[in-house]
Amino acid sequence: MKLDLLTGLYVFMLAAFIGFEVIRRVSPLLHTPLMSLTNALDAIAVVGAIILAGEHKSNLAAILGTVAIVAATSNVVGGFIITDRMLRMFKPSGPKKS
Amino acid sequence: MTHLISTESIIEVAYLIATALFILSLKWLSSPATARRGVFAGEAGMALAVGGTLLHHGIVDYKWIAGALVLGTVIGIPLGKVQMTAVPQRTALSHAFGALCVTLVGTAEFYLRAPAITPLMMGVLSMEVILGSLTFTGSLMAAGKLQEILPQRPITYKGQNLVNLGLLAISVFIAVVLVIHPQHMGLFPAMIVIPLIFGVMMIVPIGGADMPTVISLLNSYAGLSAAAMGFVLNSKLLIIAGALDGASGFILSVNMSKAMNRSFSNVLFGAFGQQQTVAASATEARPVRSATPEEAAAILAAASKVVIVPGYGMAVAQAQHKVREMYDALTKRGVEVTFGIHPVAGRMPGHMNVLLAEADIPYDKLLEMEDVNGDLPQTDVALIIGANDVTNPAARSDTSSPIYGMPILDVDKARTVMVIKRSMAAGFAGIDNPLYYLDKTLMLFGDAKNFVGSIVRELGGSGG
Repeated sequence: MKLDLLTGLYVFMLAAFIGFEVIRRVSPLLHTPLMSLTNALDAIAVVGAIILAGEHKSNLAAILGTVAIVAATSNVVGGFIITDRMLRMFKPSGPKKS
Repeated sequence: MTHLISTESIIEVAYLIATALFILSLKWLSSPATARRGVFAGEAGMALAVGGTLLHHGIVDYKWIAGALVLGTVIGIPLGKVQMTAVPQRTALSHAFGALCVTLVGTAEFYLRAPAITPLMMGVLSMEVILGSLTFTGSLMAAGKLQEILPQRPITYKGQNLVNLGLLAISVFIAVVLVIHPQHMGLFPAMIVIPLIFGVMMIVPIGGADMPTVISLLNSYAGLSAAAMGFVLNSKLLIIAGALDGASGFILSVNMSKAMNRSFSNVLFGAFGQQQTVAASATEARPVRSATPEEAAAILAAASKVVIVPGYGMAVAQAQHKVREMYDALTKRGVEVTFGIHPVAGRMPGHMNVLLAEADIPYDKLLEMEDVNGDLPQTDVALIIGANDVTNPAARSDTSSPIYGMPILDVDKARTVMVIKRSMAAGFAGIDNPLYYLDKTLMLFGDAKNFVGSIVRELGGSGG
């Protein structure tokens, strides 16, 4: 597998710019959910771990991959659950009783 | 063969859509009105990416994958259901898990490929495992401090920065050696162990008040290590997700540092530890005015505009629900109540907002520092609940103060200041607060939850 470094760097640079522009607009009100959401998204690293565990090229790789899946999956599941829980709590002062 | 190729392109398309969904997810998070849609987009993207990966033709064995996915879910559910006050340590813990995943994958990839590994690949892989390892132990330490398993006070010793920088330098040196001579495979474990130690040492001198910056910084490292892993695995999806996470952590770190008027290096290498003893011993018993819940309730009820400034103490006392009752009682009497949220109030970015939202306080009453500072001179009562350094006027005037230059909430400009505090002990940073000795300041001594509860009773009693 050849690493196409330059393409990778282009992708990284563009994604970083998009990240800055998009995340700069997130209200400080939501900075805690922002962190838990990006954390869940970052656990996409699970795809690398799945391939390691599934390809079973060596016992070491399979074991490390399996543990890595556990770690990342707990982030995915926990991260999405808590982000949604937090966001559900944010309500505007609407038509509730005065 | 054509069948295999089409499966691979299905996976690629799944990854492409997942990437778009991730970006949309963060975009929708910009406002509370669309934020929940953002979570759905993220979940959909994640499901697509994981589903696509499972189609990968190289996978020969699904047993372990399935077991690990189930176990991860079993661990993840309780982590998603922790109390809102425990969110900072949960977040730190999840940074540790993310970093653990990245480090383990990096380690496995090294032993699968070495010594036949290109210098370029070795360089990226080194970055992945160094960042991953130090983020892993660093985040565990941060979680331990936040959970109060570990002492929260910064621990400093002579030559600390030298030791820390030395450890980092050694890790980088090993990485360079491995890039040039990948056949020295025996060095690889050292490139994991030394950053692991560095991660611990890095957090030892960090005090609780610096946690918002440090958590953000660890968030950024976790993202960068995941992006490095993307380079190693040649996965654009991972590079992008890592870059987004890294950018988010970076923006938050910059925000937090600005809100404390400190640079990154100052947070990491300049613990408040040394200075605080000087500042704390300088003041002895100076007279303060204190008040009872009855008096406090009477003053609040007579006000037309009240700003409540919450801090970590409110979280510790779990006082947010009582604060909500007070908010209701005052609002019912026609008092205008808003909340002034300092960016570094609490232990992570946005901590106070989440706690107050949990207590059902409408988010349009939660104001940022700049907005509140414009209002404070026209405010009758500023009520401070468990916040200290973020209200310390010494930050404006006293050049010798360790927090000099830090932007603060100008509560001393309100007509009356009330401070709920357990005792006169100095705050987390150990710095004395001249606010408490002002003529307009009333100290309300007691547990935040009980004291606010008493005020609520008084308000209810005299109102009915």
